[in-house]
Amino acid sequence: MDDLVVHGPLARPEGSSLVTSLSRDASAATGEVAVRLRGIGKRFPGVIANDDINIDVARGSIHAVVGENGAGKSTLMKILYGVQPPDSGTIEVNGTELALSTPADAIKAGIGMVFQHFMLADNLTVLENVVLGAESLHGIGGAARAKVAEISAAYGLGIDPDRRVEDLGVGARQRVEILKVLYRGARIIILDEPTAVLVPQEVDELFGNLRELKREGLSVIFISHKLDEVLSVADEITVIRRGTTVATVDPRSVTSRQLAELMVGSELPTPQTEASTVTDEVMLSVRGLGLRGPDGRAVLDDISFDIHRGEILGIAGVEGNGQSELVEAVMGMRGGAEGAVVLSGRDIAGLSTRARREAGIGYVPEDRHRHGLLLDAPLWENRVLGHQTREPSARRGVIRRRAARADTQRIIDAYDVRTPGTEVPARALSGGNQQKLIVGREMSADPVLLIASHPTRGVDVGAQGAIWDHIKRARREGLAVLLISADLDELIGLSDRIEVVLRGRLVGTFDPSAVTPEELGSAMTGAGDAAPTTTTEETRG
Amino acid sequence: MNVRLTKVALAIGAPLLALALAFAITSLVLLAAGDPVGEVWAQIISWPEARNQVNILNNATVLFLSGLAVSIGFRMNLFNIGVDGQYRVAVFAAAAVAGEGWLPGYLNTALAIVCAMLAGAAWAGIAGVLKATRGVSEVIATIMLNFIATALVAYLLAKVAVREEGSNVIGTAPVPEGSRIPGIQMWSDIPTEIYGFIVFAVLVGVAYWFTLNKTRFGFELRATGRSASAAVASGISVRRMTITTMMLSGAVAGLVGLPILFGTSPYNYGSTFQSGLGFAGIAIALLGRNHPVGIALGALLFAFLDEQSNPLQILVGVSPDIVAITQGVIVLTVVVSYELVRRYGARLEQRRVAAQLARESAAAKDPRPTTKEAAR
Ligand SMILES: Nc1ncnc2c1ncn2[C@@H]1O[C@H](COP(=O)(O)OP(=O)(O)OP(=O)(O)O)[C@@H](O)[C@H]1O
Ligand SMILES: [Mg+2]
Repeated sequence: MDDLVVHGPLARPEGSSLVTSLSRDASAATGEVAVRLRGIGKRFPGVIANDDINIDVARGSIHAVVGENGAGKSTLMKILYGVQPPDSGTIEVNGTELALSTPADAIKAGIGMVFQHFMLADNLTVLENVVLGAESLHGIGGAARAKVAEISAAYGLGIDPDRRVEDLGVGARQRVEILKVLYRGARIIILDEPTAVLVPQEVDELFGNLRELKREGLSVIFISHKLDEVLSVADEITVIRRGTTVATVDPRSVTSRQLAELMVGSELPTPQTEASTVTDEVMLSVRGLGLRGPDGRAVLDDISFDIHRGEILGIAGVEGNGQSELVEAVMGMRGGAEGAVVLSGRDIAGLSTRARREAGIGYVPEDRHRHGLLLDAPLWENRVLGHQTREPSARRGVIRRRAARADTQRIIDAYDVRTPGTEVPARALSGGNQQKLIVGREMSADPVLLIASHPTRGVDVGAQGAIWDHIKRARREGLAVLLISADLDELIGLSDRIEVVLRGRLVGTFDPSAVTPEELGSAMTGAGDAAPTTTTEETRG
Repeated sequence: MNVRLTKVALAIGAPLLALALAFAITSLVLLAAGDPVGEVWAQIISWPEARNQVNILNNATVLFLSGLAVSIGFRMNLFNIGVDGQYRVAVFAAAAVAGEGWLPGYLNTALAIVCAMLAGAAWAGIAGVLKATRGVSEVIATIMLNFIATALVAYLLAKVAVREEGSNVIGTAPVPEGSRIPGIQMWSDIPTEIYGFIVFAVLVGVAYWFTLNKTRFGFELRATGRSASAAVASGISVRRMTITTMMLSGAVAGLVGLPILFGTSPYNYGSTFQSGLGFAGIAIALLGRNHPVGIALGALLFAFLDEQSNPLQILVGVSPDIVAITQGVIVLTVVVSYELVRRYGARLEQRRVAAQLARESAAAKDPRPTTKEAAR
């Protein structure tokens, strides 16, 4: 990995040391540290999010920040990006101490941030998205286009400025976000859980881009829960535990197991398939499901599958190939879907979302902020959400606060949701803890079918294992699961069967015990026509 | 300090701060115009006489219903500007029906009340349907419906009206004597009575509180207001909710004019019927933070200011319109002061947490860095 520097356009023969390879940078004289955080503290009502955080990010390096859910990573990054002020501590950028009170200050200081939820306008082109809000830099015409092309080429981003964002896949959208940040002159780039939405090939591409950035002397700060990725790409890793920096380690000298122990003091779980619990009884049967987009193109095309009691069906696919539409069609959230959806013998295709939920479907949505939570409502009201017609949340049309609070506390305990109580608004929880709450909610009331989109997205390794255990236990008791995940290890480890979705069609069935992530990966991108271990026809008949 | 006590203090502090700010700004306006600030306030803040107290309560009853109607929409993020048109359509319908006297006594009253609620609901429902099916902003739709209501009511009034003797005021036939709602005598020495309708208004307030805060329907309404996309995923039909909420808001708006119709002479709807009650409701709903008790207090405040400012022209030679400025400014200062108090509360809470942690860590003989931070 180190010898990458040698291939850099301006690398010197002795360029294995960061300091020398970067001495061309005008400000390099002030030292090699791009960002120095000292004693950063931040409190929220009921919690200390950051407490005496100390981090040095070397210029021209990729610095990973890891820690369990609620450790304070996002809070720290928001402080560095000027979204919220710290209560204490200092921030130095290139040797100068700065007070960053707005993102505009941070951008001026050369800091850029890519949030986990992309903020692009779908109906605009890449160029328009990039220029939006930064018109004063290079205008909106030829100069801007040239600049975009130049950046894209310089860092190997491979972006066509005239493509519309809605036509781009997730990986490409992320590159547009990075381009946006670079266009605004960022030399320090923060990425909060950038790989959570990416499939392995896209992760590799992203890491290629990041190495390119680092070769050009930029610094990248990168948050992830996927420790193997962190080890493969980072030059330095800082571990945060309960708001405090506990260690900064060299990735070459630690294993992911040791990292996990540093983070949570427990071991790395690996999903292990257990004895199959699949029964003969069909729980969900989907036949000829089709859906057209607003432009008349088929986004779902003749989808058919069965899920049995006690079975987990995994759906593999690059994001944007119809997974969201499939889930929403089965949930009854999309009008205009055709085909049959039969839940334990009863056709539910004509039923409302509420009736489907009442029939026993649990639903973990892919976008927790848009579909899973009322961010400004207290946790117990979020517990009621989607269960407002059922015990224990309601009885005879009246919401039962006390019971709802008690059941929220049960979820908090069972799923280890880190929160000061049931009255705090959902917004105050860290991303991973929000996710745990949603999974806990959807697993309550004994669902017969769980539709789970990325159930452990943004969840730390310890909590991930706990969620897997919950799902497996429910499966033993007969739960059927439709699992969509970008995490192929999760998909392979949990599923009894995997279907690959590509451009709205199911294109192949795989046996998880015999497939490798690489094989799945190439089937998902439609590359190489990987031979499925079983044919589609066999399982459909 | 006790945590709960602090919370209560903050909750009361916010509206008081808003009032103080509004009074300060009004005083500045008075000063700039060269009016006698002290005398104006002395008149407004003086204790009202018995007759004025009754007027304040009566006016507050009407404003309370108007505020409730608006706030039902607010709870779902719907801006029902159309309460004004809705109550006029509704009170006209009620007056026309009650004036006919098809049913005897209070049956006639009940029928008229139902008609008023239906008319208000239908009028607001138009905006609801437009929003749910065509995506037309309810703000635009209700504003237009206000205009249409004015024209429609004037047109229909001309058809059914009877002309009052010796005047060119036209109005519907008066509500028969047996169908009027008797007032409540508070002081035997004055003739003005409190609207009997006030009892009904209180019941509506209680029903509002129960429905919105306790029932599943209320939960769904508030959830839709907070996030329509999450509502969809939770099995709530946002379209149906939009239409239902608008209609409910309109139904309550339909009650706004009824205390006047059934409680004051000439017991009919005429061209001089009180107007503009719907707009005051918007300010009062904001002031009362969509809580029925808050709305009641806001309505009382607005009614108080209106009543107390009446004699300003005669006593100190200042136009009573000055309180309209105060009322308008209150709406703005309320927003500001709630935000200020919220931030202050958050800071207090943080300090409390820090102090508590400091104590705990001191007890554990493991002084954490926060101790030092908390001290400053
Ligand atoms: N706006 C807020 N109000 C109150 N508490 C907050 C707020 N934002 C964050 N917190 C709390 O601060 C702590 C740190 O949260 P943060 O989002 O930084 O965690 P994180 O390390 O990013 O976790 P995750 O891996 O789950 O994303 C959590 O306990 C969280 O509940
Ligand atoms: Mg986070």
